[in-house]
Amino acid sequence: MPTFGTPQLKLLEKLCNAIAVSGDEREVRSLVLEEIKGYADEVKVDALGNVLATRFGRGKRRMRVMLDAHMDEVGLMIVAEEGEGIYRFESVGGIDPRHLIGKQVYVGKDHTPGVIGGKPIHLMESSERTRKVSIDSLRIDLGLAGKAKVGDRAGFATKFRRVGPSIMAKSIDDRIGVATVIELFKQAPSNIDLCAAFTVQEEIGLRGARVAAQYFNPDLAIAIDSTPANDLTDFDGNENATYNTKLGLGPAIYIADGATLHDPRLVRFLQEVAASEKIPHQLRQPGGGGTDSAAIQRALAGIPTVSVSVPHRYTHSPVSISRVDDWKHTLHLLHAALKKVTPELVGKGSR
Amino acid sequence: MAEILPFLKSLISVSGVSGNEAPVAKLIEEKWRPLVDETRFSRVSSLHGLKRGIGKGRRPSILIATHMDAIGMRVTQLVDGFLRITNVGGIDVRVLPGAEVTVHASSGAELPAVIAMPSSKLLPESAGDGALEIGYLLVDTGLTAREVEKKVKVGDLVSFANEPMELAGDILSGHTIDNRASVAALTVCLEELQSKPHIWDVWAVATVQEETSFLGAYTSAFEIRPDIAIAVDGTFAKGPGANGWQTHAMGKGVGLCMGPNIHPFLHTKLKELAERLEIPWFLDVTTAHSSTDADPMQVTAEGIPTALVEFPIRYMHTPVESVAVKDVQRAGRLLAEFIALLDEKFVESITWDD
Repeated sequence: MPTFGTPQLKLLEKLCNAIAVSGDEREVRSLVLEEIKGYADEVKVDALGNVLATRFGRGKRRMRVMLDAHMDEVGLMIVAEEGEGIYRFESVGGIDPRHLIGKQVYVGKDHTPGVIGGKPIHLMESSERTRKVSIDSLRIDLGLAGKAKVGDRAGFATKFRRVGPSIMAKSIDDRIGVATVIELFKQAPSNIDLCAAFTVQEEIGLRGARVAAQYFNPDLAIAIDSTPANDLTDFDGNENATYNTKLGLGPAIYIADGATLHDPRLVRFLQEVAASEKIPHQLRQPGGGGTDSAAIQRALAGIPTVSVSVPHRYTHSPVSISRVDDWKHTLHLLHAALKKVTPELVGKGSR
Repeated sequence: MAEILPFLKSLISVSGVSGNEAPVAKLIEEKWRPLVDETRFSRVSSLHGLKRGIGKGRRPSILIATHMDAIGMRVTQLVDGFLRITNVGGIDVRVLPGAEVTVHASSGAELPAVIAMPSSKLLPESAGDGALEIGYLLVDTGLTAREVEKKVKVGDLVSFANEPMELAGDILSGHTIDNRASVAALTVCLEELQSKPHIWDVWAVATVQEETSFLGAYTSAFEIRPDIAIAVDGTFAKGPGANGWQTHAMGKGVGLCMGPNIHPFLHTKLKELAERLEIPWFLDVTTAHSSTDADPMQVTAEGIPTALVEFPIRYMHTPVESVAVKDVQRAGRLLAEFIALLDEKFVESITWDD
């Protein structure tokens, strides 16, 4: 069983508090490079900014296993200046504008503090009070003397915290995956060559994963992400039949999502490992959405690929919630699975 | 002049939802105690600080009212470990999804939490695709249903919990700038009065429940029965989404309100004083009500000549209300200078018509 405790949670805290909006993953990239230094036999930052690191195992018949987690997060980009610290912005990746009014953000490399305000309720007609807001009508306010550059990225200013059995933080999607791959890389079993892909631009089209897979040419791949737990209560008391995943039930193994039919051999393998190791797990409800798996699976001549996610509530919002135990069980499941990877798993050589 | 920013930051780092002002009241009482001759709490928990004047015999008195309560929320139902809530005061529902809050559990625990917006699949169609009514939202403490049921009860309060944020150009942003910035301005005034002799008695009052019923201002004005009263509160700053005639530039000075709720004589005196001291000021007109503690104080007992001193606040009733700190300092200084010029004859000279 892999080590799990305060150091792992501290690492996740650093990763969640960093801001790395798609296309500007610098902060997370430097944290990743710092963490894997000393463990990697080969490491490179590629043409898109992916961090690609290899740790070789020992012995014969070693499989090349690619573990993928995306470094980027959905966020905002400054698009125009209006003077006196007021800036127009656009979203990068899918953000519901209803999560923006009244929120604190950090802008640019120096994390310049800013706020997204709204018209005072006192000055609104009653029909205006629940009207749909568009991003176009909102502004980032850096204060009367505030300065930013057009093109600067902005992220929510939420601070990571531990609460009872949970984590509350921004960007759990997918820093929890990044932290998972870092830990598995540090604690890699020796029967495989571990190819760690910390990818860019997942939220805007899985761009990093595609070239990462083409670089590594692995025998199989696992995309480790964080998927929504839509497990809230139905307002009218009806059964919530479309929860996707539920918090507290363990890692979510994918069968099919909107972009990928996950490799059935690997889906079965993960369930068997979980069962034999008695690790709580759940099957993500087949449906929409997608992960880096989609880009990896169809790279080169095709790569057997599966996804595993740590569930989180309130996706792409200022504060998401995950359960610590779900993460612990995810690490445990993946570590146990890596140890059992053999060429026979995906019929290597007989394909 | 003493730096007021650290105190204002501490004031907006604590709760004090209308009807439950104790956490902030404690902070204010500690700050005011060395600045006044006595402090005590009214029957409904407003804080009264009395700074005696040097006048002989029956001294006239001025009451300065700054409300210390905050808008917030209250638990209405526990459902599967989530909390449903309703508003306390004028909550803007658009700011709620994704807002960080504290649940003040009746068990005594302060639970960090977030306000969740359920997906449309879990809501009736009538909920619409705009800002959701507060009744559709859920509060998530990150705890299991069992723990929530052990700790939280219907009626428990929920307050905004985001930390203060300093913005470039002397701006402080956070929840409850309305009206803790006025408490800070009154504190500046009390600090200035330490070295400024004044004839009148000064009642510094931090009122309760302004956001819901003006309870504090009604009752403190009745109990103290001052000769004149001044409310201090925020007005609307110009900024994104707010550029109408009701809005005023931030950082450009103190607002002096006029209208039926304001005694014209006091307004004129404040205006003349600001001109004389070269404290930048702007005129803020109201057509009927000022919707501040000035409303209730004016009609207390036999009626009290009342004025309203303001400064512009951006994004009022959101968790990112913003104020220019120098406007707060200016308001405090104007109040202190006004108090210093009050003499034995001032009360007799007050007339509605000039």
